[in-house]
Amino acid sequence: MQQVSTPSQTSLPLVKTHTRLAWIGQLFFIVLGLAVVYILGKNLISNPTLFANIFISGLQLGFVYAMIALGYTMVYGIVKLINFAHGDVFMVGAFVSFFAVTRFNLHQWPLAVFPSIPPMISVVIGSISVILLSMLICILLAVTIERVAYKPLRDAPRIAALITAIGVSFFLEYFGALNFVFSPRFIPYERPFEVVAWYIKGGIHQVVPGTQPPDGSITFSNILLIIMLASVLVQIFLQFLVKRTKIGVAMRAASYDKQAARLMGIDVDSVISFTFAIGAAFAGLGGVLYAIAYSSIWSQLGILPGLKAFIAAVLGGIGSIPGALVGALIMGQAESMTAGYISTPMRDAVAFTILIIVLLIRPTGIFGEPSQEKA
Amino acid sequence: MRSLKVLSLFVILSMILVACGGTGSTGGAKELKVAILAPLSGPVPTFGVSTRDGALLAIEEWNAKGGVNGYTIVPIVEDSQCTPEPAVNAMNKVVDQDGVKFVIGEVCSKATIPISEIGTAKKVIVISGTSTAEAVTVDANGNTKPYTFRACFIDAFQGLVGAKFATEKLGAKTTFIMLDQANDYVKGLAEEFEKNFTAMGGTVVGKESYTAKDTDFSTILAKIAEAKPDVVYLPDYYNIVNLVTKQAKEKGITSAFLGGDGWDSADLDVVAAAGGYFTNHYSPDDPRPEVVNFLAAYGAKYKNDDGTAKVPDALATLAYDAANMLFTAMTTAGTVEDVDKVKVALEGIKINAVSGAITLDAKHNPVKAAAILAVTAEGVKFEASIAP
Repeated sequence: MQQVSTPSQTSLPLVKTHTRLAWIGQLFFIVLGLAVVYILGKNLISNPTLFANIFISGLQLGFVYAMIALGYTMVYGIVKLINFAHGDVFMVGAFVSFFAVTRFNLHQWPLAVFPSIPPMISVVIGSISVILLSMLICILLAVTIERVAYKPLRDAPRIAALITAIGVSFFLEYFGALNFVFSPRFIPYERPFEVVAWYIKGGIHQVVPGTQPPDGSITFSNILLIIMLASVLVQIFLQFLVKRTKIGVAMRAASYDKQAARLMGIDVDSVISFTFAIGAAFAGLGGVLYAIAYSSIWSQLGILPGLKAFIAAVLGGIGSIPGALVGALIMGQAESMTAGYISTPMRDAVAFTILIIVLLIRPTGIFGEPSQEKA
Repeated sequence: MRSLKVLSLFVILSMILVACGGTGSTGGAKELKVAILAPLSGPVPTFGVSTRDGALLAIEEWNAKGGVNGYTIVPIVEDSQCTPEPAVNAMNKVVDQDGVKFVIGEVCSKATIPISEIGTAKKVIVISGTSTAEAVTVDANGNTKPYTFRACFIDAFQGLVGAKFATEKLGAKTTFIMLDQANDYVKGLAEEFEKNFTAMGGTVVGKESYTAKDTDFSTILAKIAEAKPDVVYLPDYYNIVNLVTKQAKEKGITSAFLGGDGWDSADLDVVAAAGGYFTNHYSPDDPRPEVVNFLAAYGAKYKNDDGTAKVPDALATLAYDAANMLFTAMTTAGTVEDVDKVKVALEGIKINAVSGAITLDAKHNPVKAAAILAVTAEGVKFEASIAP
């Protein structure tokens, strides 16, 4: 997993021409970087609280992207497949939690079963149950997708699997848009718990609903804290899983060389299924938290967050777990700062420009290392 | 392989038979085909369903009275998705395949504009219930499109009424405008609002755009919290309004939100949008007999999931009015064949429609009053009626 392999680097003569012309590109990117630093610095000094509020919304977005990006990066690390259906698994996670909350009142089950427990604990346990259910269904979905659509193509050229992934993605989006599935409508999302917001100004105070916080206060909500906590826990869990457990060793082995791993007695197929399952679980978690944060869902909810998380994974170095987090946080800030200081419609353009820039100047990403040649 | 060929041959043959049977049965009787183009899927499906239901109710009532000039009206409903490309495909289908000469629809201006161009080229009358952009009935050179009409007032008027209401009734001095630059409807309302609000002595303290696919508005809301405007003008559809107002409440923003008829939907989150106002074509609380009769007929035909009578929204009302305008004009013209005579009759129409007494100006735009509705946590209530 930690070991990244990318297509072999350019051969020697190409490197030479590359270095001769490279200074133009480098100069351009240095100027661009300086301009970004200048704009942000100027705005930070002129209005620090607005900057902080924009930073916080970027942080929230970044941590959600991190959870999705992990799935891309892990699957790529092992099967070298960009699983474009991942964003749609994320969407399914959001919908499962929606149905669990609105149709089955799953978030209130502890109170229904044990009427004597405090409502606070009931909400916590109930919400966690909703999240676990979404994760479970996402796992089942992803493992099914892997078995049905990707496994038969394991030995086919990589482009075939990639196209299949796009097909699966479209299938989920438009199947979900059918009226008897999720319907094509934007659906207001009912949260399993209430949002509580605070503002920072000479200490932390709770925002009273219906009143405006005083001038120059920085606001944040419990959703931000939950998303950050969940995302960090997921990172720690994954680091532990990959480095310290047997299945983690198997994953790293399969990532390094599938043939050799198989010869050493590792069941590569189940390792791959396990990787898809883990990625889908995090996508499900991210989907629920995203829906809770932005409170409206529809069948194509997963496309843009999915693509941006993919860019985050590439930026961080696809195949690298810490890279996914760092890349996602940068993407979150890039989007948020663009929306804040340039204009909101520009933020998608900036996100994809980052992808192009990364592919141009450092295709292996921040944490990726140029691979040693292997068979 | 062979059995597959035989099977597919059977399938094709049976399809041809079905197709022939279909056309065979419609021949003979005196029928008037009218197409209804509505966004039954896509971003605003509730608009489509209301539009279809409103128009179908009018058609049913006319057929019950013996049709138009002795012709039975046959509706052809197509899903145009509030998007130019599917709308154009649906329009071409009904005109070229079904031979339709009269179209009711579309809902969204961005879909009605390309449809109306086809209508102009192929001499098909298009009456939109709710497309409020100026360019629907007027081409790029400022000439009125001969065969395009509408039953609603235009963006310019809603922007004007919104600004008038904000300054006179709410006493607003400052405003913050949020708009989707890619949506003609939103842009049209926002521009008119800005122009009139400034002319009435108000200040625009901020203007931010977003895209229709955005779900996170926190950066824009951070700026609104900073600017503290008296009103935020958000003339978008209910899906965006739900998101923005909910996120605004959570940030503790107390500025009143103000919008246009895009808010009018059963899916509007009234708890989140409570405290907001929007301009609309009509209010079901209006005591005029046209409104009362329409409410009763609509409620008898369409039911909610729980069996209660449905209350028509503005979309249903305007589609109903559009259909009535068309059939009244046909009666006056005494023909359902001659498109030009129907066109002349439409231009001189005078009708007491549900959304108000309608006459058309030289640009085929109705002249009538607008309603202001207030959103409360219990539902949407009639606030005021504002004349041009």
